[in-house]
Amino acid sequence: MLRLENITKKFNIGTIDESTVFDNFNFQVKKGEFVSVVGSNGSGKSTLLNLVCGTITPDCGNIIFNDKNINKLSEYKRAKFIGRVYQEPKAGTCGNLTIAENMALADNKNQFYGLSKCLSKKRVDYYKTLLEKCDLGLENRMTTKVGALSGGQRQALALVIANMSDIDLLILDEHTAALDPKSSDTVMRLTDKLVKEKGITTLMVTHNLRFAVEYGNRLVMMHEGNCVLDIAGENKQNVVVDDLLGKFYEISIEKGN
Amino acid sequence: MDIFLNVLKVTLEEGFMYAILAMGVYITYSILDFPDLSVDGTMPLGAIITGVLIMNGVNPWLCLTIAFVLGAVAGAVTGILHVKFKIRDLLCGILTYTSLLTVNLIIVSAGTGGMSIASFFREPTIFNTAPAALVPEKIGGYSLRILIMSFVIVLIVKIIMDLYLKTKSGILLRATGDNSRFVTMLAVDSGKIKIIGLALGNGLAALSGSVIAQSRGSADPQMGVGMVVLGLASVIIGLSIFKRFSFMKTTTMVILGSIAYKACLSIALELGLPTNYLKLLMAVIFTVAIVASRISIKKGGAHVKA
Repeated sequence: MLRLENITKKFNIGTIDESTVFDNFNFQVKKGEFVSVVGSNGSGKSTLLNLVCGTITPDCGNIIFNDKNINKLSEYKRAKFIGRVYQEPKAGTCGNLTIAENMALADNKNQFYGLSKCLSKKRVDYYKTLLEKCDLGLENRMTTKVGALSGGQRQALALVIANMSDIDLLILDEHTAALDPKSSDTVMRLTDKLVKEKGITTLMVTHNLRFAVEYGNRLVMMHEGNCVLDIAGENKQNVVVDDLLGKFYEISIEKGN
Repeated sequence: MDIFLNVLKVTLEEGFMYAILAMGVYITYSILDFPDLSVDGTMPLGAIITGVLIMNGVNPWLCLTIAFVLGAVAGAVTGILHVKFKIRDLLCGILTYTSLLTVNLIIVSAGTGGMSIASFFREPTIFNTAPAALVPEKIGGYSLRILIMSFVIVLIVKIIMDLYLKTKSGILLRATGDNSRFVTMLAVDSGKIKIIGLALGNGLAALSGSVIAQSRGSADPQMGVGMVVLGLASVIIGLSIFKRFSFMKTTTMVILGSIAYKACLSIALELGLPTNYLKLLMAVIFTVAIVASRISIKKGGAHVKA
């Protein structure tokens, strides 16, 4: 479904800060997979997501989505079939708008934003049913400005919003990293529920090894622009956090860190 | 007493007319978070085009529409410079404003046969033809046509804007200023929305220019000097004074802010301030408004971006 072919990506080309994140990198995601990506800082996880979403373009190589080359497709056009939740809870919603307004905008995704009224009573009732699944009581606060919500609530809302339209791929960019342990657990459970419900293909970057082990059906560890570990299916079920930690140390020692 | 009522009348008249411009600035500055300096050029653009057209016998109401459209086009240019050519926001406004200085001179000189001011004192304007003509010329010794008409126009603009800000397009505009990444995720080109917002804002500025020119019976390129400051001050004063009235629409706050701002100027002039000091006073009031709104934030009051 998603294929990255021979990707090369360098930053600060031509300066002394030039750094190569990917050199001839290949990566594939099959339909229905829930991939957890772990790796140290600078291993290329975020670059990977930014390349897929179109925030940045590769220097060489192709990004193929559903057999179509999307290299030249701008970020907002890719958003038609890709949903994304960012690390910062503020990024996925609009703080100045109410919960209902945020959801109404998302409800209209892929349609024309014209001069018709944005909020309708009937749709708001439907939004409430979506929020009830979060179990955070958000359904009773439809006219609250999103800026007044806590990080966890906001992230849960962002997750629901990203899933409101029919997307083919869900990108989770360390979406629990900025939350306290309890909230991040809540959000992660909600993520799993939403993903399983729609069987949506998901690419999740996380620093939380426990989440990487417990959730998803494929686990990838990245290091210096390469996949150093890629396990799926039954093997994935047998992995424990200590295995991953061991692998992390192994890499660090090899590189003399 | 007579003097007082007269000052009050002029303050309200001007407050209403400049409130249209302030609502335009509210769109670009508060909603879109775009420091737009093109207003100094688009306001006189609307005024001058109106003057020239009225001198050539064009219907004054049609002039309002034409002024709005031209202002919107100029605002869209600012937006395109920013979005398509990736020029910094502040610079885009300066570029458009500087270009409009020439455009305005060309229009006024071409339309008047080489003069630098378009005068149309005896021509029909929105203030002396129907429906304004229904209002008696003098009520109790006062000529209230301009006051009533400018109130009606600002009310219409306000209602349309309130309705617009509840539409899908309007809420998307608010989202763009707040979090453009969110808009990108909605599969919408946030750059396009910015251009629309700038077009609307400057359309309103030009509309305000058209109304002001018609009330004075003349228009010249100098009218635009200080309009950015005036608009920003009205918005900031309005939002910081009236934010605690949560029932009040922001557009109402902006209109009241514009009146409050004009009142400050009127009082100063009545107290004997020479007109040469006017622009300095405008800047001072603006500064005081910003500082005062900060203080109200510290006290846990309403938050106004300044």
